[in-house]
Amino acid sequence: MHHIVTAPFDRNEVKLFRAGDTIALSGTIYTARDAAHKKMIELLAQNKPLPFDIRNQTIYYVGPCPSREGEVIGSAGPTTSYRMDAYAPALIELGQTGMIGKGLRGSNVIAAMMEHGAVYFGAIGGAGALMAECIKSQEIIAFPELGAEALRKLEVEEFPLTVIIDCYGGNLYETGKAQYRKVK
Amino acid sequence: MKDIEVNTIIEAVRKLCMDANYYLNNDIKKAMENGLAAEQSPIGTEVLEKLLLNAELAARKKAAICQDTGMAVVFVTVGQEVHIAGGVLSDAINEGVRRGYKEGYLRKSVVGDPIERMNTGDNTPAVIHYDIVPGDALKIELAPKGFGSENMSALRMLKPSDGIEGVKSFILETVDKAGPNPCPPIVVGVGIGGTMEKATLLAKRALLRPVDKSSGIGYVRELEAEMLEKINELGIGPAGLGGTNTALAVNIETYPTHIAGLPVAVNINCHVTRHAEIVL
Repeated sequence: MHHIVTAPFDRNEVKLFRAGDTIALSGTIYTARDAAHKKMIELLAQNKPLPFDIRNQTIYYVGPCPSREGEVIGSAGPTTSYRMDAYAPALIELGQTGMIGKGLRGSNVIAAMMEHGAVYFGAIGGAGALMAECIKSQEIIAFPELGAEALRKLEVEEFPLTVIIDCYGGNLYETGKAQYRKVK
Repeated sequence: MKDIEVNTIIEAVRKLCMDANYYLNNDIKKAMENGLAAEQSPIGTEVLEKLLLNAELAARKKAAICQDTGMAVVFVTVGQEVHIAGGVLSDAINEGVRRGYKEGYLRKSVVGDPIERMNTGDNTPAVIHYDIVPGDALKIELAPKGFGSENMSALRMLKPSDGIEGVKSFILETVDKAGPNPCPPIVVGVGIGGTMEKATLLAKRALLRPVDKSSGIGYVRELEAEMLEKINELGIGPAGLGGTNTALAVNIETYPTHIAGLPVAVNINCHVTRHAEIVL
């Protein structure tokens, strides 16, 4: 099934997505990877507010290339998501509903997704130039000292995504592989 | 003696950084096109089409094919008749990397210390490997290495009794465990033999060999073909979404080793598998 989705989206909308569905995502999303996640979790530990209200928001795991003059952003494909597994459950608990990345997720993340209602979208790893075309604006809103890893707010248009793991535990990496696997 | 000015080296490395990151190599492009023609999964087919489109777009815009423009790995083959004039060779290579990543709008992905993790801001230092050979040529091969795939690489010190079957299971196990993480279709570099560090260096070296060139050693060539077939039977597929193209090639290099050992290293590259070279 194909969905046209606008971010932010809430937990009720998350329930519509099934592993294997395709998504055209528009609206506002945030970027964060290892270092920005670590800093956000440190803020929470100190009872300080996050740089943005995380409820119903989607985080794109990406560290983009610098933009040339007149360009919105440089190449901006997904990074491998498992490195955020240590941090993601706490953010999902606070209301984050979407994650965009590539690669496997830990059972702790999947359990949090099922408990609170969140979805994991896959973007095509290594298609950074193509993904950048769908990004219409970027603004660094926190941790500028992290360079490529700074926390950014992005406006995106028809970002092409696939639902990898849904809030029912459905997992396209498992079912897709099983379909073409000739060994045990 | 032949003099080579450091400024020539700086300029060469600067350009290699940009070329390697903007332009998909022809051998990889051809392998992806062949893979596309053979792919059985509809979603896998779509992924491969998008990856080829992405490469075209990157070349046209002079944009990085992938935003992870890597840590610069540089293999330098120095003819012993070469004299480096006007500075230090390693400094010149790092200066070339610094300029290439800055002027090429490439991502700076290097932290100065693995624990303290402050970004160096200019993608230096590079990881440089030197070989000294006869002659008066200086060959520089640059292979920017992304870490989505680097993180999925592995080393195992097998026992001689594990033999070739042990090598095969280790390669398959490593690729299977990596699954979608290293951005398949991948290129698998394998180093067999030597010592611990030699095996990993062989594996990295293997990734620089074009994917349409097989090993010159009979049994290694057969092993490469067998491993490629077995890896593509794992079902991981393009982007890990299921399919018949999990790897584009398996390149294996070997070296003599100790009577007590059988080191095997598996270094995984994503489908971009960047390498660019120049001979000065």
